[in-house]
Amino acid sequence: MRPDVQDQIVEIIAREALREPAELTHETTLDELGLDSLGLVEVIFAIEEAFGISVPFNANEPGQSSFDISSVGAIARAVEALIAGDTPATVVA
Amino acid sequence: MRRVVITGAGTVNALALDVAGTFAAMREGRSGIGALDFPDVDRLSVGIGGQVKGFDPALHFTPQKRALYDPFAQYALVAAREAMRMAGLEAVPGAPDRWGCIMGTAGGGNGTVNDAFRAVYAEGRSRVHPFTVPRLMNNAACSHIAMEWGLQGPSFSVATACASSNHAIGLAFQMVRAGMIDGALAGGSEAMLNFGGLKAWEGLRVMSPDACRPFSKNRNGMVQGEGAGVFVIETLEGALARGAVPLAEIRGFSMTSDAGDIVMPSVDGAARAIRGALDDAQLSLDEIGYINAHGTGTAANDRTECLAISQVFGARAPKVPVSSTKAMHGHLIGATGAVELLACLLALNEGVIAPTINHQEDDPDCALDVVPNHAREVQVDAALSNAFAFGGLNAVLALSKL
Repeated sequence: MRPDVQDQIVEIIAREALREPAELTHETTLDELGLDSLGLVEVIFAIEEAFGISVPFNANEPGQSSFDISSVGAIARAVEALIAGDTPATVVA
Repeated sequence: MRRVVITGAGTVNALALDVAGTFAAMREGRSGIGALDFPDVDRLSVGIGGQVKGFDPALHFTPQKRALYDPFAQYALVAAREAMRMAGLEAVPGAPDRWGCIMGTAGGGNGTVNDAFRAVYAEGRSRVHPFTVPRLMNNAACSHIAMEWGLQGPSFSVATACASSNHAIGLAFQMVRAGMIDGALAGGSEAMLNFGGLKAWEGLRVMSPDACRPFSKNRNGMVQGEGAGVFVIETLEGALARGAVPLAEIRGFSMTSDAGDIVMPSVDGAARAIRGALDDAQLSLDEIGYINAHGTGTAANDRTECLAISQVFGARAPKVPVSSTKAMHGHLIGATGAVELLACLLALNEGVIAPTINHQEDDPDCALDVVPNHAREVQVDAALSNAFAFGGLNAVLALSKL
């Protein structure tokens, strides 16, 4: 994992969830942070803008997306894959 | 209180440029949704929509007028002309200050805004078209209809997102019923299918990349449409006096607010609106033979709407045909209730329930009779039309045969 990417992801999610980055771990879930669907859409937007990537995510079927949002660590790994150009198998949106 | 009827209908939408063509498409379960065609569409992730096709403004308006009309006003004007023609009216009957125009829209002249911003931001030009403001203002469609037909009574536009035209028609109904006016042209109009308009929707991540599949378990979002629907609404007494044949009676209307979330719908708000329309109409559950659903094809709306219908209709819920025609014409946002009211007129007058096309998989969360894929012939004496907007503003109309 690339520490710089992880740090940025943590910072973005913490900002949207109104938390301190230090409160977040790899295992923290968005639910635990109290992020609702609009908050999630804002997180994804911020990630796309920060890394210049396009995240496949449709709010109608969050579970179907190959972009794993199950935890902070999962999101960081998914972003790293997108940055590396490993296009996810099923692009939803 | 006075009885209120619809005596004329007009439309422009992705299915057809008139009511007869729209009815034919609804009978056949034909889709008007296809690949979008406008500048920069390749820079959108959403590539499909219910675009109006074959509409030639030059057939309807002089060059001077065309310069003044955004497409949302053009669609509204053409639909209003068809409605007046169907009602057998060359001018409003009676005093012009007793007739009004109430039109719903969410985006108004959104295409005009898109063009103007493109000119100054992207192309670096120093000026925009001089008619930019009169083209883009939300009341432009309403005002142009009023001007064309000399409607001098209460007239205004309503912006309640996806419920705009139900609110407009419902308010016209209440004003005629109460005696404030004798008649109105009412409906909705929308034309947001342009790069900027759709880019905004894309951001919310609620759009489907491939199809609108209301109530289907594998639904994955909405597909946007455009167009207009306009109705001639007047008193039953006035209509009969001049020998007009009413298409339906508007029996009741109810509007509620969720006061909850800006995008997530609530079961309670929707259920209160449905119940309110039934009460206002003095119709029993057993009398309702069709519900035109809001049915956007998003995960949240369809689940919530089915729960609301189930809550109100109880044991009868699975027996009432419920369909969403958005799968065919797309979601016309501020005009959607007006075009969907046509499905109610089709059911009441011709005994044909328009289907919910693109149904692929039953969803236990939507365990109603959603009239999947094929139209159904059945006598319908009374119908409801639901509209539930972003912002939690709900508007339900109740109609019946005379």
